[in-house]
Amino acid sequence: MSNPYIVLPVIFQLFVAVVLMFSWNRKNLQKLISVIGSLIALLISLLLLLKVNQEGIQAMQAGGWVAPFGITFVADTFSALLVLLTAIAGLAVSVFSVGSIRNARIKFGYFPILHLLIMGLSGAFLTGDIFNLYVWFEIIIISSFVLLTIGGEKAQIEGAIKYVTMNLLASVIFLTAIAILYGLTGSLNMADLSIQVAAVENRGLVNVTAILFLIGFGIKSAVFPLYFWLPASYHTPPPAISAIFGGLLTKVGVYALLRVFTLIFIPDEFLTWVISIMAMLTILTGGLGALIQNNMRKVFSYLIICHIGFMLAGLGIYSTIAIAGAVFYLVHDIMVKTNLFMVSGLIFKFKGTYSMRLLGGFYKEQPLLSLLMAIPLFSLVGIPPLSGFWGKLLLIKGAIASSNILMIAFIILGSFLTLFIIAKLWAAVFWKDGAELPRKKHIKYFEELKPLKKKAMIGSIAFLSVISLGIGFGAEWIMRLSMTIAENLMDPAPYIQAVLGI
Amino acid sequence: MKTIIFKTASAYLLPLLLLFSVFILLRGHYLPGGGFVGGLMAAIAFVIHSFANGIDKTKNIIKFHPGFLMPVGLLLALTAGSLPLAFGDTFMTGLWMKQSVPVIGSVGTALFFDTGVYLVVIGVTLTIIFTISEGL
Repeated sequence: MSNPYIVLPVIFQLFVAVVLMFSWNRKNLQKLISVIGSLIALLISLLLLLKVNQEGIQAMQAGGWVAPFGITFVADTFSALLVLLTAIAGLAVSVFSVGSIRNARIKFGYFPILHLLIMGLSGAFLTGDIFNLYVWFEIIIISSFVLLTIGGEKAQIEGAIKYVTMNLLASVIFLTAIAILYGLTGSLNMADLSIQVAAVENRGLVNVTAILFLIGFGIKSAVFPLYFWLPASYHTPPPAISAIFGGLLTKVGVYALLRVFTLIFIPDEFLTWVISIMAMLTILTGGLGALIQNNMRKVFSYLIICHIGFMLAGLGIYSTIAIAGAVFYLVHDIMVKTNLFMVSGLIFKFKGTYSMRLLGGFYKEQPLLSLLMAIPLFSLVGIPPLSGFWGKLLLIKGAIASSNILMIAFIILGSFLTLFIIAKLWAAVFWKDGAELPRKKHIKYFEELKPLKKKAMIGSIAFLSVISLGIGFGAEWIMRLSMTIAENLMDPAPYIQAVLGI
Repeated sequence: MKTIIFKTASAYLLPLLLLFSVFILLRGHYLPGGGFVGGLMAAIAFVIHSFANGIDKTKNIIKFHPGFLMPVGLLLALTAGSLPLAFGDTFMTGLWMKQSVPVIGSVGTALFFDTGVYLVVIGVTLTIIFTISEGL
């Protein structure tokens, strides 16, 4: 169904960024605009999801140029849901930034760039054109590069160089793959490609292109063996920025993988096998990496990799139920990972360190706050009925149905590794008796903050925790949504019909 | 590079180049040109002036911080792009006036979009160049 308004979540974020730029020097006004803008964006995204849920897939042809010639924007349930999650994470991070981002960073345009990043993410989820997807990826990289380096600390610059090098490499591979695909089919519209690629006779070249896409998106979503940039860079920026990165950036890669490998390239046995092996090794290396880290944020960085493996596993098994599992896990992971990086930031504000060895006794000092922080931590482990459990359940169900014993073993291994790591973290940070830490001069500790800032930081963590709990307890609803999404992904006919009208 | 020849020439080059940049901007719809190239050319006009007369003199001509042009340009482009939404058309659809304006030709949202790009490019380029030369 044609609907010119589905592009609103994207345009609105740009509008907020522009308004923020006009109030460049007024930091308090910027905070207010950012939070209100994020709230409205959340409302728009919610309306979009409801609309899609009621009336089916919505499409928009930019400039009125009909597909496959113009740029198409498509909102199916998957896209709309991810746009909503982006808006939720964006709101939480915006509120958290009010409490935690230093004025020096705001002065260099932190808030406008944050909204441009969210615009890029929403655009990537909504576009139905593979080249346009590339453009959104570029917007995401450029704004994330600015966010990563803003403040100009030495560690930040070092992390940013690794981050940008690997991501630019991924972009080059992605662009090459698009060029080959265009040479093969003469089309860039994803729905049109779905038809055209199936008709290409040179299957060898199609498979090579598919592998190029796999590598390009693989680097962006940090899967084995292409993930090294992630733990090298995600622990360097301020926690609010880590939160939006950890929650959403790698997930765009996963989204692109799920989209491209269900719509354009239908994986054959070899490709599913390759993806499965990658998924298993991603789970293993991510888990093992997290095991030996001492810096809390590095632990979470490696856990991102580990859990990207779960989502990739869904694609590797390639059945409706497994993909539904991957989608459910994606939903849960965006909320929880964003929250965890904010949690680590809040602990830092209290203690002045991320080192698990030095930290301790947090539960004794802040029992209520510790209980709040336990929600995302245990959701991540997936203790039923918290949100991490249901995605894994669907994944294992899917693996059993396709009798993929090895995959089941790795998913369970990954879950145990996560459990062990989080238990270790809980023991080290919350239960262990901590020594009195020396006060550092350059850190503004939590007690010294204004009450509004305190409330902003705790409030955003509580907000995401409630949503995590909602996903866990309302699993039935999310599961039904994931099943719808998986069915839509496995059967692209309605998608193609909505875009091309055939 | 403060030679008298360059200094004299720059006083004439600035308005000429600016005028030419506007010409490039306007012809961009059907012919090579457009907001991006035009914007670069306008920025170059100011850069030449600053080479000849020093950066402070150029800043005096512009009067406001060039960075201010970025949100102005973005807002113009965004408005031009989303104006069709108000008429029930899709984002970025070109809306055109029925009669064409003398000298400029037919006026549509595409012109405003391109003008937005023009302003953003001037703003970005001059901000970068001014910031770098301040550090020297």
